[in-house]
Amino acid sequence: MGASDRPRVDVSPVSRGRMRPRGARRELVIWYLMRVTGVALFVLALAHFSILHFIWDPAEQTAAFVANERWNQVFWRGFDWLLLMTVLFHGFLGVRTVVHDYVHRPRWRTGLLWALYVTGAFLFVIGTQVILTLPVPGAEGASIR
Amino acid sequence: MTRVATLLRYRGREGMLAWAFHRISGIGIFAFVVLHVIDIYLVGGNPELYDEVLAFYASIPGRLLEVVLGAALLYHALNGLRIIIIDLWPAMTVYHRALWWISWAIFIIVGVPGALIILRPVWLPLLQQLGLA
Repeated sequence: MGASDRPRVDVSPVSRGRMRPRGARRELVIWYLMRVTGVALFVLALAHFSILHFIWDPAEQTAAFVANERWNQVFWRGFDWLLLMTVLFHGFLGVRTVVHDYVHRPRWRTGLLWALYVTGAFLFVIGTQVILTLPVPGAEGASIR
Repeated sequence: MTRVATLLRYRGREGMLAWAFHRISGIGIFAFVVLHVIDIYLVGGNPELYDEVLAFYASIPGRLLEVVLGAALLYHALNGLRIIIIDLWPAMTVYHRALWWISWAIFIIVGVPGALIILRPVWLPLLQQLGLA
C-alpha cells in the first residue's frame, strides 16, 4: 500500500502525538498552542510541584501558610497565575481533543464541549479572583493570620 | 476481552504505549487541576475548610495519591518533551524508541527520590522503630 492511498490518521505510526494539522487554521493554532503551553508547563508545573513537595512539606501548609509564605510576594502570585493560564489552555484543549476522539454524536459532543468551556471559564474566574484579592499579610483589612 | 486485546495490539510497541500513557496521565492531571483550583479558592473563601483539605494532602493516603499525581505529571512532561522534539526535529523520529527509554530513565532517576521525600512519614517511623534512624 503506497503512502498516498493510506487512510489519513491523526496519530502517527511513531506516536509523535497528534500530527501537525493541515487545512483548518484553527486546528493548527491549537496544535502550536499545545506545544508552547506544554514547554511552559514543563517549567511552571514541575517547579510548582517540587517547591510544594520537596522544599515545603504538605504538613506545614495551611491557608495562613499560603498567605504568609507564598502569596506575600507579587512574584509568586504572578507565577501561580501564569501557571493557571497555561494549565487551563493546555488541559482544556487537551480534553477537547479527547472529546473529539471519542464522542461522535453531535449533541453529546456539543454539550460536553460547552460543559468543558464553562468549567474552564469558571476556574479562570475563581482562580484569578483568589490570586488578586487574597489580602497581603499586614495590610489593612487582612483577615488571615 | 477481544476489545482489550485489540486495544493492546493497535500499532503496538513503544509508540502506542507512550500515546496511551500520555492520554491517561493527562486526564488524571486534568481532574486534579479542577480540584486544586477549587481548593486554592478556599484560601480566600473558606480558610478553615482549606486547612482540612490540606490535612488530607498531608495524610498517608493523600501522600500516596500525590506520588501518583507526581508520577503522572513527570511522565506527561517528559513524554511531551519527547513529542515536541520529534515534531520540531523530524530527523529524531529514527530515534523515537531511544527517546522513549531515555525519558523512562529520567523518570526513575528523578521520580524515585521524589517519591521517597513525599513518603517520608511512611518509611521514617519504620526506620526509627528498627533503630536505623
